[in-house]
Amino acid sequence: MPTIRMKAISSGDTTEVQALVQHPMDSGFVKDASGALIPAHHIETVIFEHNGKTVFTALWGPAVSKDPYLKFSFKGAAKGDTLSATWIDNMGKSDTGTGKIA
Amino acid sequence: MMIRRLLTAAFAVACLAAAAPEPSGPKADQAAFQAYFFDKFPDVKHEDFGNGPYAVNAKMRKQWQEIMEFPPYDFALDEGKTAWETPFANGHHYADCFDNGGIGIRQTYPRFDAKTGQIVTLDGAINACRVQNGEKPLAYQTGMMASITAFMAESSRGKPFAIEIPNDPRALAAYEKGKEFFYSRKGQLGFACASCHVTGAGQRLRGDILAPALGILAAMPIYRSDWGSMGTTDRRFISCSSQTRALPYPAQDESYRDVEYFLAYMSNGIPITGPGTRP
Repeated sequence: MPTIRMKAISSGDTTEVQALVQHPMDSGFVKDASGALIPAHHIETVIFEHNGKTVFTALWGPAVSKDPYLKFSFKGAAKGDTLSATWIDNMGKSDTGTGKIA
Repeated sequence: MMIRRLLTAAFAVACLAAAAPEPSGPKADQAAFQAYFFDKFPDVKHEDFGNGPYAVNAKMRKQWQEIMEFPPYDFALDEGKTAWETPFANGHHYADCFDNGGIGIRQTYPRFDAKTGQIVTLDGAINACRVQNGEKPLAYQTGMMASITAFMAESSRGKPFAIEIPNDPRALAAYEKGKEFFYSRKGQLGFACASCHVTGAGQRLRGDILAPALGILAAMPIYRSDWGSMGTTDRRFISCSSQTRALPYPAQDESYRDVEYFLAYMSNGIPITGPGTRP
């Protein structure tokens, strides 16, 4: 199942992007029911690309919530273009999702 | 002379009132319950009561509308849909256990089961379906149970609550027990469900806006930002109990099922809005 939900809406000049990423974002400071530490497991880098060019980068850490939401806007894209998003976490896992600009 | 005549007249009026007792029973309770909220919130459209605090607080409504651009329950909804379409080990599906293949029926739960004389909630029916098909029951408060009920609620959006109390003394008894639970003060803080969700509805409790009891179940299950995850009606009841410093009952305890029956019946006519999102 895709872990990235994306909505990108162009209003002529700028494109507004909203995304929801499914990830546990464990901080490494929380204990489970048996008292054992849940190891840190969180996204470190999020990159959005448009036509091979990076338009947005976020460096996330353990303080970001579970299933994070983000919103940004950028210039230079047109309706119908494809936008891709990638996240990489501290365990080396990653996922990439794409969305069409509406 | 004048005074005596007045007194006689007053006595006659009192006798008349006693001769025509106030109507009682579920139907009358429901009419009084709904009238209370419609009167308390005259600007709220009746079908909007399923949106809880957002129906009665404009600032929260605005924030909610922004959240709804990307509903946080979306992942659960997907998980629920996948589980719904995946057959059990014996090849049967959830759909085989329910009326209309389980689609668009959320508003008819909880129901009275004449065989057992008990109230069956949607969550209970899902687990009964699993057991009947040789699967292990799901944990009640969160996780897959919330995902599946989310899927079923979504298929029922806009359909008004249509809870029936059949002509069976056991059904009426369950309703009365639920009603008593709802209005009884419990716990160290001495709160009844009604203290916050009837009398206090729309007011603040610290940072929260108290949701009106009318339609409060229409949004179940909910994603609560406070929890950071999905929760079922059981989870909500249990956390309500803890918040009033009462000892919570186990999930699907008879008390909770009865109060769910009472509350859902009170909300007859209010459309389903679930799955919902709450602060």
